[in-house]
Amino acid sequence: MLDLSPDEWTAIRLSLRIAVVATAAALPFGIALGWLLARKAFWGKTLLDGLVHLPLVLPPVVTGYLLLISFGRRGPIGSFLADHFGIVFSFRWTGAALACGVMGFPLMVRPIRLAIEAIDRRLEDAAATLGANRARVFLTVTLPLALPGLIAGIVLCFAKALGEFGATITFVANIPGETQTISAAIYTFTQVPNGDAAAARLVLVAIAISLAALVAAEWLSRRAGMRFHGE
Amino acid sequence: MLAVEVEKRLGDFSLAVSFKTQGGVTAVFGPSGAGKTTLVNMISGLTAPDRGRIVLGEKVLFDSSARINVPPHRRQVGYVFQEGRLFPHLSVRQNLDYGRRMQGLAPEPAEMARIVGLLDIGHLVDRRPGRLSGGERQRVAIGRALLMRPRLLLLDEPLASLDAARKREILPYLERLRDEVGVPMVYVSHHAAELRRMATSVVRLDAGRVQAVGGSELLDRADADAV
Repeated sequence: MLDLSPDEWTAIRLSLRIAVVATAAALPFGIALGWLLARKAFWGKTLLDGLVHLPLVLPPVVTGYLLLISFGRRGPIGSFLADHFGIVFSFRWTGAALACGVMGFPLMVRPIRLAIEAIDRRLEDAAATLGANRARVFLTVTLPLALPGLIAGIVLCFAKALGEFGATITFVANIPGETQTISAAIYTFTQVPNGDAAAARLVLVAIAISLAALVAAEWLSRRAGMRFHGE
Repeated sequence: MLAVEVEKRLGDFSLAVSFKTQGGVTAVFGPSGAGKTTLVNMISGLTAPDRGRIVLGEKVLFDSSARINVPPHRRQVGYVFQEGRLFPHLSVRQNLDYGRRMQGLAPEPAEMARIVGLLDIGHLVDRRPGRLSGGERQRVAIGRALLMRPRLLLLDEPLASLDAARKREILPYLERLRDEVGVPMVYVSHHAAELRRMATSVVRLDAGRVQAVGGSELLDRADADAV
């Protein structure tokens, strides 16, 4: 019943690629920031916390516009990255991944931060007395114990990235095969005559992917939780 | 063997303790709030004294005037905590093996088998700590601290979280440890009866000060167990 056209397949593949890359790229930053916010007191912490959460409350178009003027070809960061590293974001799928990563970031940081805050630090002390230096304590105790939060953060960021529309279309437009994600494609199909069927098919696909991600997350965090209590 | 001379102020509480021991089991005995846990935390490196010096054998662990403060992971001081503190995400076997792995030592199956046998925890090694009884958990915690090859073993009220029957279950293992393993121990408790069976020397602590140093006769005279 789902007879998808090549263009629709392209949009689906692109969406998945963008969401995966956005989530994977955000993860190290998400862990670092979650740890920083959970464990450290420093000047400007509230400000940093606010900045991270800004994409959650700003209109996505505003976030997209800010990305455009900073990471665009002529933007200060965009031109620097293009000149020195050959990394170009504007009107590329990488730009869509950047927009999706930024939008999903607050949703990723929060559960990671909460999970790290909930860890019994006396276990980390115990690890230190057993000969683990700080990096090893983090890798062998902190991170595994924060795993359920990590999974929640990854899934939320992935889901957000998959559905992101406003910031992406503002920053990198709606170019089929390059920046046209499922959401952008659905929007396009609703704007053209006879696009309803195609839009409906992509809507079903979007629902299916989101549900699968949620089920996978539930299963993974259940397993992670079970490891602490059972055999 | 172990020489401690430390000062520490924590809010209204001040601790100034000085003692030396010659191996064996040194009991640190005193009522709750005497500063016993603070003292062992300083020996382990988890808490830094304000001033003083801690020397274990030849090795200076802490010296405020020389600005030496060896971090806990390089002290090789085993620590058995009151609540066990086993890693819930690791199996008992992985918990036991943790210290060896973190120190990059080669596996020693014979030593592992000896300690596992000594503490009777062979049937538990594939379980998770969440599935252990309180007494089993404490035995595993003792095994974990021993298998890191400590130069000194700190036991902070290792039986306090256990009921009387469980205490009777663990004490013989601790005695075997003292007699067969030969690692010097600092054993913290406010229970005279428990220490009477274990201690070779006694440091009596109250309100952050050493009241007396001597043999187990110090345990007979006063029972700090006023709780």
